Amino acid sequence: MTADELIIATCLKAGKIMVENGSEISRVDDTMMRIAQNAGVVSANTYVTITGVMMSIQGRNATQIAAINQRTIDLEKVAQVNQLSRQFADTKIDLTTLYERLNQIDAASRSFPLWLQLVGAALVSGPLMIMFRQEVINTWPTVVIGTLGYLVFYLLNRYLKIKFLSELMAALLIGFGAEWACQIGWGTNVNDIIIGALMPLVPGVPLTNAVRDTLAGNFVSGPARGVEAMLSAAALGFGIAMVITLF
Amino acid sequence: MAVVGQLALAYIAVLGFGLIINIPHQALNVAGWIGTLTWGGYLIVQAFDGGVVLGSLIGSVGIGVLSSLAARYKKMPAIIFNIPSLVSFVPGSQAYQMVRNFALGNYRQAVSFTLQVVMITGAIALGFLLAELLNRLITFCTLRWRY
Repeated sequence: MTADELIIATCLKAGKIMVENGSEISRVDDTMMRIAQNAGVVSANTYVTITGVMMSIQGRNATQIAAINQRTIDLEKVAQVNQLSRQFADTKIDLTTLYERLNQIDAASRSFPLWLQLVGAALVSGPLMIMFRQEVINTWPTVVIGTLGYLVFYLLNRYLKIKFLSELMAALLIGFGAEWACQIGWGTNVNDIIIGALMPLVPGVPLTNAVRDTLAGNFVSGPARGVEAMLSAAALGFGIAMVITLF
Repeated sequence: MAVVGQLALAYIAVLGFGLIINIPHQALNVAGWIGTLTWGGYLIVQAFDGGVVLGSLIGSVGIGVLSSLAARYKKMPAIIFNIPSLVSFVPGSQAYQMVRNFALGNYRQAVSFTLQVVMITGAIALGFLLAELLNRLITFCTLRWRY
């Protein structure tokens, strides 16, 4: 690989990891430009969208594209790329090491195991139900159904790889679970249980990034993320609406 | 007592959402505190009958400013702090009532809840915009003050 090719490959790798794991576009742009500048390129051009990253070095025949086919949410990887970029800026590591480290980060699987995510889902659903509805009678059904709903979402999303379908199925399970819990007398209020149990599935990252990207002037990626968030919300809504009309 | 309970619950909920979206371990505690402080701000607005929309606006301004400060202090991206802290401001209850009333055919109530959801979401977005302005101002002032 020539020097130019290595610089572009490193920048694209960094950009690809960041977009794939839920960073906002302006940060990706900024990181790529910084890596290029610290590697000695004065006039680089980057073009970042949520489905692909492009970069070229002005005046030299070097342009490459990296396509982004699937996005997950793992903000630890975003922080790690950020950290590496800072180390490279302080000349603690050189370009080759940076490229190798980025490849390692890309290949690594999620560092938070599934059980910890389930604990997270339980911690989100119960407390938010109490905060929103000011009652504690339905806490345990909410925690259990919320955790189960997140588990179903996680497993389906892992094997089917269709996010919206997984959300729909999880919402259906949450709705039926809540109805069932009330019918056997475990819970008292279906609405409260459903509200709490749905909270771990709220599309928080796409929603926040949609606002941030649009405000930063990225009119391609911002609205696209907005559509992603709306589709997730609609999938959850349809699932719940189906259960409500059935009972 | 209820207020202390609410603040503790806000901390726990932010921690939980941080675990779901996998933010670095060192950031969990700070994100939780941001969530607690801003929920405190929201509760103060509620105590003065300010309404949910104003409360969400104040809360999201607080989240934006505090996350940016935390990002500078911890040397991590700001989204690591502001996405989990926002979870308690999501209009989940109103959004659910909206879907429920649409499904049951109570369109008048459904539209009313839709408007509430739109207004709260708009307030949060506006809050981020104001926070961005404040952040730029803080950066500008610290630079002036230093040199």
